[in-house]
Amino acid sequence: MLQVSIYRYNPETDSAPYMQEFQVDTQGRDIMVLDVLHMMKEQDNGLAYRRSCREGVCGSDGMNMNGKNGLACITPLSEVVKNGKLVLRPLPGLPVIRDLVVDMGLFYKQYERIQPYLQNDTPAPAIERLQSPEDRDKLDGLYECILCACCSTSCPSFWWNPDKFVGPAGLLQSYRFLADSRDEATRERLAELEDPFSVFRCRGIMNCVAVCPKGLNPTRAIGKIREMLLANAT
Amino acid sequence: MSNLRSLSFDAIIIGGGGAGLRAALELAKSGKKTAVLSKVFPTRSHTVSAQGGITCAIASADPNDDWRWHMYDTVKGGDYIADQDAAEYMCSEGPKAVFELEHMGLPFSRFDNGRIYQRPFGGQSKDFGAGGQAARTCAAADRTGHALLHTLYQNNLKNNTTFLNEWYAVDLVKNANGDVVGCIAMDIETGEVVHVKSKATVLATGGAGRIYASTTNALINTGDGIGMALRAGFPMQDMEMWQFHPTGIYGAGTLVTEGCRGEGGYLINKDGERFMERYAPNAKDLAGRDVVARSMVMEILEGRGCGENGDHVFLKLDHLGEEVLGKRLPGIVELSKTFAHVDPAKEPIPVVPTCHYMMGGIPTNVHGQAIMQDADGNDQIINGLFACGEAACVSVHGANRLGGNSLLDLVVFGRAAGMFIEGALNEGIEYLDASESDVESAMKRMTRWNESEGGETVPELKRELQGIMQNSFGVFREEENMQKGVKQLAELRERIAKAHLPDKSNAFNTARVEALELDNLMEVAEATAIAALERKESRGAHSRYDYPDRDDVNWLKHSLYFPAEKKLGKRDVNFAPKTVDTFEPKVRTY
Amino acid sequence: MVTNITNLGRSGLSDWLIQRVSAVILAVYTLFIVLYLLFNPGLDYATWSGLFAQTWMRIFSLLAFVSLAAHAWVGLWTVTTDYLKPTGIRVGAQTVIILAIFVFLVWGIQILWGA
Repeated sequence: MLQVSIYRYNPETDSAPYMQEFQVDTQGRDIMVLDVLHMMKEQDNGLAYRRSCREGVCGSDGMNMNGKNGLACITPLSEVVKNGKLVLRPLPGLPVIRDLVVDMGLFYKQYERIQPYLQNDTPAPAIERLQSPEDRDKLDGLYECILCACCSTSCPSFWWNPDKFVGPAGLLQSYRFLADSRDEATRERLAELEDPFSVFRCRGIMNCVAVCPKGLNPTRAIGKIREMLLANAT
Repeated sequence: MSNLRSLSFDAIIIGGGGAGLRAALELAKSGKKTAVLSKVFPTRSHTVSAQGGITCAIASADPNDDWRWHMYDTVKGGDYIADQDAAEYMCSEGPKAVFELEHMGLPFSRFDNGRIYQRPFGGQSKDFGAGGQAARTCAAADRTGHALLHTLYQNNLKNNTTFLNEWYAVDLVKNANGDVVGCIAMDIETGEVVHVKSKATVLATGGAGRIYASTTNALINTGDGIGMALRAGFPMQDMEMWQFHPTGIYGAGTLVTEGCRGEGGYLINKDGERFMERYAPNAKDLAGRDVVARSMVMEILEGRGCGENGDHVFLKLDHLGEEVLGKRLPGIVELSKTFAHVDPAKEPIPVVPTCHYMMGGIPTNVHGQAIMQDADGNDQIINGLFACGEAACVSVHGANRLGGNSLLDLVVFGRAAGMFIEGALNEGIEYLDASESDVESAMKRMTRWNESEGGETVPELKRELQGIMQNSFGVFREEENMQKGVKQLAELRERIAKAHLPDKSNAFNTARVEALELDNLMEVAEATAIAALERKESRGAHSRYDYPDRDDVNWLKHSLYFPAEKKLGKRDVNFAPKTVDTFEPKVRTY
Repeated sequence: MVTNITNLGRSGLSDWLIQRVSAVILAVYTLFIVLYLLFNPGLDYATWSGLFAQTWMRIFSLLAFVSLAAHAWVGLWTVTTDYLKPTGIRVGAQTVIILAIFVFLVWGIQILWGA
């Protein structure tokens, strides 16, 4: 029997959030945390959490498991359970809608703010724009982001200033376009980032790197943005 | 019911996957009042899981590549019930659509000359089958779907598309003339139910793999659009045609791309034999998916399966080396470590054919206009209703889809639907408003669940449905077993009609969404079952022990399932492409 | 672009650069003082004030004081914007901090160059 303690809050019936205890019979199997949630939902139909692909590519089920953010669908119990106990909480720092479901509005707003799309006003050729494999390699480790918000919601700088600091996820995507040989808006992109908050509120804590379920490194990308800003302005 | 708040749009697109976003982009660029309504944030849609690539004759790997060869492969792959005008449209328009994606920023992998990387995929040939294996699948490593979906979402942001994210479409609203004039939808976060009025309603709701117990599909793939259309009384085409992907990870069901075999991987049985050499001497592991899946099941049934129970086979990749795996198949390495506890650089991955794709769906023409049949069996356009992507059956995939053709289908026909709707809106569309009773009838099942007081619960009914489909309508099918399945489904439908939703709260009530999804799974399952039972031949993905041969005399046809009568009719396949000669049906070998 | 008027350089980039350059200056200055103390075990007032009587030491010290002031302002400004959310309290705290830094800086200069 696995002892699960889970954050519950239904705005219609609860005046305050509370932790609820569940006993889940995993039959000793090393299943994923998402499977455990499914079993709990069969016990309590009202339990709310997001899920979609169940294979770690859609980014729906980011949550805090025994104190660490991650994706429930690719986190096996053996990786998180301590002393036979699993504690599940919503991603920290964002408003809770219900149970494990958080309002991702601010997170998406910061993503949109960095203009996450290729900008190139040169008329396109009849075929694709060419890009050397070396230039394309520069996008590896950047474009794979699944917008699960595990990184940004583990970042103290994002907790304190979610409205001003772009956060690791947004900055990783910002650098994805800065690094793209096909993008022509480098100057404009950098101009949007040079204030004291957007990029520079990063204090190099590196929680983002520690939790990214895709093994990406936003801190490195932020360092690269700083280098580009410096090169551009000195 | 007139107390429902209403929203009005020129076009509402239900579904935020590749097809929906591509259609939306076209309409947003035209300045039409468009909204995408999606039950998940768009980048969580199942397109994100597509791995291997998008097949298209862009003449990068081979400068002499020709879209006609691609069209030939597609028609042959579909076992000759793909509509040839549609396949022609997809394959010839494809390069334009793919280049557009690249211009939007999709991070395709590259060849040394800077052009888009293309890899070999199953069923691909040069020179109409005479020139050997082609490499025609454009890829962004093994994350092409992810790259494509994010690129489309990003470009919709750029063009200020309106998004109704985490909204669930409940049912279509029809006016007194039977035109589709919008839908009833629920804002999942607040539980508010809204009447969405629209001159064009696009169903881009994707597949329904969750009717099977074992599937590569996301948990959200519950055939919502198919369910809505069936409840509105519209027919479905070729619903018996379900693709079982050869390489789903044993036990977990997660997909391992055909690109693995494209890059040189192959399947082995328990004796270590590369058994596909026996079943498809030329194409071997890159034969059509239906062929490979059947061969795997034959190996397992004949006792050459792997593992303790001999119920799977192995996909061998270790000979490709760590570098190729890391560069071309990084996502697969990750997935097999997570879900099979296997490092493909060292050991083979246990795999088994797993439900993957619905070739059937809402019949449409190449403009995405949904079609039904009049009393004389002639095609008739359904006013106001459009479909694209997996939910639609244009039909380009016929009885079996080729790998990499689904992503092409999404962008080509999403784009085509968007362009057509733009034109139609410019010309002016006016339909009769829905009356109060029209809206009320679209609210019926929502009301039913909300007023339910006791009975069976959703999870157990869903499990039962998936079990029936898995057991009676899998890779191989047979009359008696299917009859049993159809009967079980009819009983299940009665029980689902009386099932209970215990949680009636409003804020982010996922239980209510799952209950509404169960209705849709039921619709899809029954359409599949009856179509499978009635198509008395073997063609493409539909293989019957009792009718092992293709029957071109009686069944060189689309099947058309009519929900009101629960009867199967037929519809002619198009054999009249505009610019090339018809590909006449031939015996299909690889 | 997030607008700010109370940070040091009006730009995050210049603040960031000042923070790092001033940190290097402060590190070198501290290292120098520590080494000086280590190599002069029996340090008396005459030697100590002799050190500060030299022009290069006064310039070096002034540089360190200015660096300290800038470094402190950038750092404490960041702290106030992280943790003090009500505008009144934040502006008040920022005013107190900047006044204190100003006083310490002028006081330091007076000690260094004063009669």
